[in-house]
Amino acid sequence: MQRHYRVIVAKPGLDGHDRGARVVARALRDAGFEVIYTGLFQTPEDVVTAAIEESADAVGLSVLSGAHLRLFGRIVDLLAEAGAEDVLVFGGGIIPERDVEELKRLGVGGVFTPGASLGEITSWLEAELDARSRGALESRVQ
Amino acid sequence: MTPPDRADRAELARRVAAWQAAHAAALAPGEAGDRSASGFPVAPLYTSLDVGGGAGADPELERLGLPGEAPFTRGPKPAMYRDQLWVMGMYSGRASPQETNKRIRSLLERGQKGFSVALDLPTQNGLDSDHPLAQGEVGKVGVPIDSLRDMQDLLEGIPLDQVRQIRTTANAIGPIAVALFIAGAESHGHSPRDFKLMLQNDVLKEYVARGTYMFPPRRALGFSVDVIEYCARNLPHWEPIEFCGYHIRDSGSNAVQELAIALANGDEYIRAALARGLSIDDFAHSIFLFLAAGIDLFEEVAKFRAARRIWSDRMRDKYGAQRAESRALKLFVYTLGSALTAQEPLNNIARVAYEALAAALGGVQTLATSSFDEALGLPSDEAVRVALRTQQILAYETGVARTADPLGGSYFVENLTDRVEQAVYAYLDRIEGQGGALASIESGWMRAQLDDEAYAHQRGIESGAISLVGVNRFAAEAAGALQALPSVPQEEEARQIERVRAVRRERDAARVDKALAGLREAAARGTNTVEPVLEAVRAYATVGEICGVLSEVWGRHVQRG
Repeated sequence: MQRHYRVIVAKPGLDGHDRGARVVARALRDAGFEVIYTGLFQTPEDVVTAAIEESADAVGLSVLSGAHLRLFGRIVDLLAEAGAEDVLVFGGGIIPERDVEELKRLGVGGVFTPGASLGEITSWLEAELDARSRGALESRVQ
Repeated sequence: MTPPDRADRAELARRVAAWQAAHAAALAPGEAGDRSASGFPVAPLYTSLDVGGGAGADPELERLGLPGEAPFTRGPKPAMYRDQLWVMGMYSGRASPQETNKRIRSLLERGQKGFSVALDLPTQNGLDSDHPLAQGEVGKVGVPIDSLRDMQDLLEGIPLDQVRQIRTTANAIGPIAVALFIAGAESHGHSPRDFKLMLQNDVLKEYVARGTYMFPPRRALGFSVDVIEYCARNLPHWEPIEFCGYHIRDSGSNAVQELAIALANGDEYIRAALARGLSIDDFAHSIFLFLAAGIDLFEEVAKFRAARRIWSDRMRDKYGAQRAESRALKLFVYTLGSALTAQEPLNNIARVAYEALAAALGGVQTLATSSFDEALGLPSDEAVRVALRTQQILAYETGVARTADPLGGSYFVENLTDRVEQAVYAYLDRIEGQGGALASIESGWMRAQLDDEAYAHQRGIESGAISLVGVNRFAAEAAGALQALPSVPQEEEARQIERVRAVRRERDAARVDKALAGLREAAARGTNTVEPVLEAVRAYATVGEICGVLSEVWGRHVQRG
């Protein structure tokens, strides 16, 4: 890990099943990330405000209710509106394959569905953020 | 099961030791390991040496009793399933009240005696369908009920006097659900005495699992107890609360924590109900314990049996219950959703069947079976049918219903029942050491316990210590991708929003205002809210408006990260 990354883990919407979000938050902490878990009942606006106030490097979203397209999409849009499009958005839940493609098209960096391992998620996030900070460094050097 | 006399015991012990020595290599833990799902060591063999080790009295009578006799280890009713099969409950929330009505009718026509009404998340959280937070969630995981009008549509043409049990998920909104069913039934000419409503109404577990809550825990506790008190005084045949271990388990706990936390939360409701002047025998008979049926067959059977014994002993010793019905625990069981896998979903049919078998062998009163595609979203019609068929095959083909407590007397199951019982008492002591359930919810201790266990479980799956066929054992080369299940069309949400707005336009506004003012006074006074909520519901006040008034008085709970 190139530096100590800060990640917001959030449960947007009304779905209260946060076992997955909490387990992933714990795994990220164990892997060396700084994690802020927002708790339940977050609006997309709440999540984006938290991401900006905490200067988060990434936002991880968990949605099990089927409302993922609307919620993920709205958060990506709001981050862009706030000039924070460099914040990496990823997430997971019960997300059918055709929606995974759609989410990526909307700007979601990674989508993890049931069966994804904790190691897979943490190493993906680390590699992705490392690549981004290298990229940012290079663009500053140029 | 009478223990052998001393000379026989010594001889048996010698033979078992020799047998173990002779077969030591083969008896080493195999691929299945040597621990149960909740970590109990499991030996390769149990004999009479492992049971009834206690002093003095005949263990069979004292620890087991006969079915229908204290301590009810062998079942709450004498004839068990010979007299009455378990109620086969199925999930039946659907996008709209009208569609839910159709599904309920078709399930009743197919021979079901009870049905459940799963409410959508906005309703469960006290929000009307046109609330901004409800967007995209209306009708997603259950049916939206904004007002009495929706309940009237849902109950249209349903023969309420022929239904054994209606169940609903209301937790944070217990009294409102009660009022909606009473008023809804009345408008179709039925009395609430014609049928029986079984409410989940266990709001405390919402703060550590599942997550539908509004008010601070202490206020919410009182709101749930309003239902217990109202039913005890007016509708004693209703089932006003289920002490829920299921959701604790589904959030990651083991079987011991599941049972202990359900009981500890239950103690809070009981204490509060007693403080209202009720006697334990006024309401203990109407309480169900709602537990999960997990996949570890024998541990689950032991858990159900231990639950009944613990309940019976605590009712007598802790609460001084006099009536036998107060001590005879009734179990509502749902097959464990988190045991199902999104990969190769048809495998879940087998998992659910084993879990259902554990429930039947454990002597439960109501059983709901998960649909095999539940890990993917709202169940399809076919999956719902298979889940019901799984229970019918169990009840009518396997012969499991012929004999009460068929595993009673099994050396292994009796031994494990004793160990589960001891572990549950030990965990209850730990909760008491934290100041009780309410305090350990408020301090975050209980949630942290579940987090630890959930994390350990996930790591167990990833390390292979916990086997999941089709996931970490015998996984298919190319894992099938998740297929989209039919989702709720956007128009449904728009229609529901229009319906609630129409209700607000068409009702008598002055009557609503008066009813809500009465409710506000009751909430501030701290008196029972069911009657004033019923007045508001009859006036077509919406669920959101009712909860709005209450949160103005009581405040709202904000979760700490």
